[in-house]
Amino acid sequence: MVKRIVLFLLAVFVLAVVGLYVLSWRPKIKAIDPPQASSFDPQLVKRGEMLAGAGYCATCHTAKGGAPYAGNYPMRTDFGILWSSNITPDPETGIGRWSEAAFARAMRKGVSREGRQLFPAFPYQHFELISDEDLRALYAYLMTRPPVRQEQRRPQLPFPLNWRPLQAGWKLLFVREGQFGPIAGKDPQWNRGAYLAEGLGHCSACHSPRNRLGAEKMGQARYAGAAIDQWYAPPLDARNRAPVPWSEQELFAYLRHGATALHGTAAGPMSPVVHDGLARLPDEDLRAIAAYFADRFGTRGKTLAAPQAALDRAMLANHIGTAQQVEAGANLYNAACSSCHYNHGPMPLLVRPELGLNSALTADDPSTLIQIILNGIGVEEGLPGQMMPGFSHSFSNAQVAELAAWLRRTRTDRPPWPALEQQVAKLRQEPSSGTQTEQTGARP
Amino acid sequence: MSQFHLNGQAVDVRADDDTPLLWVIRDELRLTGTKFGCGIGLCGACTVHLNGRAIRSCITPVGAVAGQRITTIEGLSVDGQHPLQQAWIAAQAPQCGYCQPGQIMQAATLLQDFPNPSDAEIEAVMAGSLCRCMAYVRIRKAIKLAAVAMQAAGAASTPAAATQGGRRHE
Repeated sequence: MVKRIVLFLLAVFVLAVVGLYVLSWRPKIKAIDPPQASSFDPQLVKRGEMLAGAGYCATCHTAKGGAPYAGNYPMRTDFGILWSSNITPDPETGIGRWSEAAFARAMRKGVSREGRQLFPAFPYQHFELISDEDLRALYAYLMTRPPVRQEQRRPQLPFPLNWRPLQAGWKLLFVREGQFGPIAGKDPQWNRGAYLAEGLGHCSACHSPRNRLGAEKMGQARYAGAAIDQWYAPPLDARNRAPVPWSEQELFAYLRHGATALHGTAAGPMSPVVHDGLARLPDEDLRAIAAYFADRFGTRGKTLAAPQAALDRAMLANHIGTAQQVEAGANLYNAACSSCHYNHGPMPLLVRPELGLNSALTADDPSTLIQIILNGIGVEEGLPGQMMPGFSHSFSNAQVAELAAWLRRTRTDRPPWPALEQQVAKLRQEPSSGTQTEQTGARP
Repeated sequence: MSQFHLNGQAVDVRADDDTPLLWVIRDELRLTGTKFGCGIGLCGACTVHLNGRAIRSCITPVGAVAGQRITTIEGLSVDGQHPLQQAWIAAQAPQCGYCQPGQIMQAATLLQDFPNPSDAEIEAVMAGSLCRCMAYVRIRKAIKLAAVAMQAAGAASTPAAATQGGRRHE
């Protein structure tokens, strides 16, 4: 009897392995001779440059201090570290021998030219939406970049997750054609915004929570906010806890300039999205993205009541801790923060980010606030030309936790964050993949 | 190994990118007006301007300001006649003087943001600039003197601004 069960299980296992092999098999697409850069229409290349900005491809495909698009940027996931691929046209280590058809298959189906299954850290489910014309422009842009010889590092995943045919099973479970749009019955501006945000922009890849197998949750959980790369990506709908609602104008200003006085600055992984990516898009495209998300926030086309109550509250709370204090949190704030963050009057100044209006303080997850206290914000991040130094060498974990808890208590009506000090310790030890150097907050 | 602009001049420095900007300014570029106080960004003695705004140079790595404009106390005004410097002399603000370059650089940002500052505004913005001699009362007085002088100068050049904000003395 036992022998029969064992044999049966063995048969099931062998069948599953063979099945996945068969299921995952994709033909190799013939290698081409690397095309001459001059064979591409310069107009198409230019358009591709803009689109590569809309997808901020360089953010994940460029290692810190490395050559653009040459890959080996570490993507830290719950399963292990994946290193991004080299998408320069180097014939040996990049995509120099990829035809346009091979490029399109990789972008939309997550399969390399050689027929290997790609890991879903590459958001091909979103890129499925990209039009043929836009894919052609992206291909033209990438194939005209300087080729860089750099071998992609092997994924640091435990067995059997590093067995690529398994990805075919993952796709079977979680990838549906057209799962991110388009939606009929909306106006052209909304549709343009949805095309950019759900396709190339893959906004929900960071702003939606993922299930245990690393797939974006769909339905109600979409855009509910998520921990990502040691930061926190806030919800992009009415669940967002920013004290002043995100209007179309505020969304546009934030995406265009990287900061607004009523919401704060684009920091951490969001900073390159704005400054290295969306910066290449024209205003009308950013307005479309803003319109699409304003619709999700429920503020599109509405004349919002002046955010006076939230503003007054923040401006009043701002004064807490600036007079003589005995509380530890207030003392830390007084010594390190108020010289730059203090505001007075009816409106905060853009150059003095108002903490009482910032979702880093109101979010359910304290990671963003802790990251900024520890590592600061670089001159190229947030509001360009301004920086905040990091306080990782100035404050102990307990002091960072004390300051964060005190800010939360005095400037929001949200409950205290649990286990703050442990979270500070964790973030100090596990650096984010992003642009900042661990510890110092310096940029390369 | 980075390059930035110090008091209007391009400078190349040999220090590693993670060297504190303060060390580079004092030890490599030999401008010693900016002082070392606590070394952890909590006393204000090392305050300089990055693109016109106060930062603590002791916790700012030099690599983080590559290509940017840095101004130290030596560069606040070409002839040492910035209204804050004049007010500092008029009010006889310093005692030992060690923290004063940082105080003045922080006060310059304060007056940019709050041209006619109240006591509360001065206290909140200057809170991170410590003075062990307790010259705070004279520092506050000097800031108010400078505010009046700067507003008068501003009013002279732009008549429209003259009507805004009353003068306020101690």
